[in-house]
Amino acid sequence: MTKTFPIGGIHPQKYKLAADIAITDAGLPEYVYIPVKQHAGAPAKIVVSQGDKVKAGTLLAAADGIVSAPVHSSVSGEVVKISREEGRSGYYETTVTIKVEGNDFADGIDASDTVIAEIPDSTEEIMRRIRNAGIVGMGGAGYPTPIKTTVPEGRKAEYLIVNGIECEPFLCADDRLMQEKAEEIIIGAKIINKLLGIQKAVIAIDENKPRAIEIMTRLTKSYIGVNVRVCQTKYPQGGEKQLIAAITGREVPIAKLPIDVGCVVQNAGTVFAVYEAVMKKKPLIERIVTVSGDAAEKSANFRVRIGTPAEFLINKIGGITEKTDEIIFGGPFMGTSVTNLKAPVTKLTSGILLLSAKLAGKEPETACIRCGKCVDACPQGLMPFEIARYARNNDFSQIMRLHARDCIECGSCAYICPARIPLLDYCKMSKAEAKKILKKQ
Amino acid sequence: MLKISSAPHMASPVSTKNLMKDVVIALMPAVLAALLIFGFNAFQVLLTSVAACVACEYLICRYFLKIPPTTGDFSAVITGILLGFNLPSGIPLWMILIGAFFAIGITKMAYGGLGKNLFNPALVGRVFLFVSFPQQMTTWPQPQFGNFFAIDAQTGATTLGILKHLSPETLSNGLTKYSYHIDNVPSYLNMLLGNTGGSLGEVSALALLLGLFYMLCKKVITWHIPFYYLSTVFILTSIMWFFKQTPNLDPVAHLLSGGLILGAVFMATDYVTSPMTTNGKIIFAVGCGALTVIIRIFSAYPEGVSFAILIMNAFVPLIDRWCIPRVYGAGRK
Repeated sequence: MTKTFPIGGIHPQKYKLAADIAITDAGLPEYVYIPVKQHAGAPAKIVVSQGDKVKAGTLLAAADGIVSAPVHSSVSGEVVKISREEGRSGYYETTVTIKVEGNDFADGIDASDTVIAEIPDSTEEIMRRIRNAGIVGMGGAGYPTPIKTTVPEGRKAEYLIVNGIECEPFLCADDRLMQEKAEEIIIGAKIINKLLGIQKAVIAIDENKPRAIEIMTRLTKSYIGVNVRVCQTKYPQGGEKQLIAAITGREVPIAKLPIDVGCVVQNAGTVFAVYEAVMKKKPLIERIVTVSGDAAEKSANFRVRIGTPAEFLINKIGGITEKTDEIIFGGPFMGTSVTNLKAPVTKLTSGILLLSAKLAGKEPETACIRCGKCVDACPQGLMPFEIARYARNNDFSQIMRLHARDCIECGSCAYICPARIPLLDYCKMSKAEAKKILKKQ
Repeated sequence: MLKISSAPHMASPVSTKNLMKDVVIALMPAVLAALLIFGFNAFQVLLTSVAACVACEYLICRYFLKIPPTTGDFSAVITGILLGFNLPSGIPLWMILIGAFFAIGITKMAYGGLGKNLFNPALVGRVFLFVSFPQQMTTWPQPQFGNFFAIDAQTGATTLGILKHLSPETLSNGLTKYSYHIDNVPSYLNMLLGNTGGSLGEVSALALLLGLFYMLCKKVITWHIPFYYLSTVFILTSIMWFFKQTPNLDPVAHLLSGGLILGAVFMATDYVTSPMTTNGKIIFAVGCGALTVIIRIFSAYPEGVSFAILIMNAFVPLIDRWCIPRVYGAGRK
């Protein structure tokens, strides 16, 4: 029996072009551009200055408070510039530019592939290593992992869910990681289990990753308490709230956190990073990035150093083609379009996609025909057409009643709308307004 | 040149135009059936109706509203076919023009065009003609299978029309002059195939169900409205049958006769004039079913599908207000 979330969902074409392509090292670019804010929360405080020699793993900027994360150099070389550079979102972000000289790792980091399974005894030590490694949720939200692995007073964790769903089309980074680094992910899950004080972990994988399911199922046999659960291929199965509902049958109440229903959800890539941080003392300085797209010449899964410019990776798969209409950081549903080709890969960049105009389907908007497909598609049980109707007139009087703040911004409504109404834009607008109202209260 | 746009960067291949085209395709089996059953007259009626509806929308957009014509979205074609389906094949063609104007001009465009109308355009067109020209609208040519160019078809009554005026008393009194009509109730097979008198598109249940099957496969509509509409009618007529309120027509015959299947499959499921949410659709469909049975059995009219759907259309804004889906994380643990 495959599991799935109860309301809504869509079935876009999968385009998992890179699912059978092994992870390869992208190599080192000439320069890396490392933004000091790659996470939710306060930007990290820079601790290096221009002209400093750094190694891979050297701290560049330290966490500024609890909700923040440190940032490390991903290469060895020289800090040539600390400036505000245009990032992937088009905003200017404080960025450390490093001229790459080599691949020397800082002392104490084990950069080999040897699997280590003996988890340190002290939970304080584990926590310290995770915090110092700058690990954040790598699925896209970028919430600092140490906070998520600390159970707040009065709550009890029951489930650790490793999110191996990767429901966005094109992206295969987590899929490949689960195929190639399965054992490390399982050990990572055991480490987080230890922090949460529980025995059980569920690795959730969706049906369209048969090899990952097979490998994980085989390996989990020798680890007590770790189990694989197969979920239906449906978007947005990998949404935190949707995954919790699929696996446990519980719903996270409005304005509450997963831990309030006893759940902690960690992305598979994050769990691997936790393994590397704790067992190898390796900070988060590289990640897997799927470079693909329907307009791309070929697809690849690269192990990429943080700060590598998009251009460097795009050139590795044959460069920008004629057909390319948009370049997306992330998946086609929740990713952002980028025109600055120097925009760097961050801790949160799961993919770089070259998409054609045909795929984006940005046709002129026509009248709403009240088909109700957006209502059927919304995994949160909202009425996107109604939210849009008010937002279009700048009327935000009804947004609390319409639950605009519960939108998870998955984009299912806008995808399915036959009239091509930009429903997600209206929902995001309304959500922002709802947050303002909540703040006032 | 790279573009910047907001998420999502992927859109379903199904646009409004594609959806409407699928509905047109789904209507084709019934169009074929109509041509086979009623011959050249059916062809004339359908052609006039579609042309009149499309022309009406085009002219209003072009010369009255002065906006780019919206006829490219195929919705006027659907209204045209459905209006034609609701007419007897022998209707004078000029009447169709009036019906088309009322359907498109008054019911759809005056309300603001596609998506804004409260009532089903084709049904309003039909009802307008029905109350204006009752004589012509209830003269039902009999089927003329395989005789495409027969101009002067015989006319006769519909199943529901035959039985409306037969009370249990007249029957139990054994008045033989009615036995002809009783004997003339078409068999289930004839009703399924469409070998019976009636409006163009309503007679062949089989063709309409084929269209339903196509629309369900292509996910144009969900199964809720047709299913709940037809089951409500079946259940209520079964109760009536049991209590001898509809002695001449059993529940299955009720399902197969009149415009019920046409209404349940193509009229009540119209996106614009049906509720947005699944719960709303169920309430709407059950309401349509109940009203259909009430009108058929207790009113002066033999058939109530058009009125039932139009009455329920008026309730749609209310239903939509009331049937709000349960938000994830609200109310349940």
